[in-house]
Amino acid sequence: MDAETMTTLAKAIAIAVGGAMPALGIGLIGAKAMESIGRNPEAADKLFVPMLLGMAFAEAIAIYALVVTFTL
Amino acid sequence: MIIPPLAAESIFHLGNFAITNSYINSTIVVLIFLVVGFLVKRGFSKQKDNAPRGFLNFVESLVELLLSYMDKVTHGRDKSIKFLPIVGTLFFFILVSNWMGILPGIGSIGIWQVHQGEVELIPMFRPANADLNMTLAMALFVVTASHFLGIAAIGFFKYANKFIKLGDLWHAFKTLNPITILTAFIEFFVGFIEIISEVAKVLSLSLRLFGNIFAGEVLLTVIGSLIAFFVPLPFIALELLVGVVQALVFAMLTLAYLTVATTEMHSHAKRDTEDIEPTPAF
Repeated sequence: MDAETMTTLAKAIAIAVGGAMPALGIGLIGAKAMESIGRNPEAADKLFVPMLLGMAFAEAIAIYALVVTFTL
Repeated sequence: MIIPPLAAESIFHLGNFAITNSYINSTIVVLIFLVVGFLVKRGFSKQKDNAPRGFLNFVESLVELLLSYMDKVTHGRDKSIKFLPIVGTLFFFILVSNWMGILPGIGSIGIWQVHQGEVELIPMFRPANADLNMTLAMALFVVTASHFLGIAAIGFFKYANKFIKLGDLWHAFKTLNPITILTAFIEFFVGFIEIISEVAKVLSLSLRLFGNIFAGEVLLTVIGSLIAFFVPLPFIALELLVGVVQALVFAMLTLAYLTVATTEMHSHAKRDTEDIEPTPAF
């Protein structure tokens, strides 16, 4: 494998893994929030902002992966 | 079909200053805010009793809604009111400019210009946040403001101790407890990671907003060029949702950063669960 193919592969792996894991995290956050709303529907208002913030922090990892992919 | 390029294109030049299509859009949003602000100001000074009606009532309910969301992060109305000018401005600016991006004509009305040897349609308007310069400027402002407000709130040396934990190290040495000294050393290096995370804040804030809005613009362009009628409607609805969620995320993260920066840290003995990204206490 030559260097150029390796770079392309590295980019692909970086964004694939870096996208999959935060996606899993965001999914877990969403799932837990839905579960909590199901258990206690009145908590929906209180849950919304912390859920969004948690998702944003998890999403940040995907953005770092994207930046790394572009700089590779 | 012309997929919008990654960078905003310049429409004309004022001297050396290139006026890009994103800049036109953000100027329109600023003008809308000036007009609305003027109307609201005039309405409130004209108002006789203390009961707003019509548009004023709507504006007041928006501010109340925003304050009630902010209270959940700051845990205090006085702090919410203190940060409302920064957070509220950013929220409404991002919201209005995101929603303006799905108006008909934005991205489709344009002028024909010679661009790299070819005649291309350069759109006159492009969502303001689909330009990385715009979002980067806002993110830089937010992070810089959080540092300045943090220094103003808890003092320079206490604030610097969040990043370069020499003070904590000194206190740990005075106890002569090896475990405490070891913990302080680890926290000293965690402090350096905090410095990196400040840079990462700027990156993640700006790229998140830019990525979402730009991807939405590309998505709408592609779907609209595939089938012109009815099929783009759900995507436009999705963009409405993305616009408000991204504005909320940007504003809430801003608020979280400001709150964390202006809150004094607990003494090192209590602080055992600390992660790299300073998560606000809910």
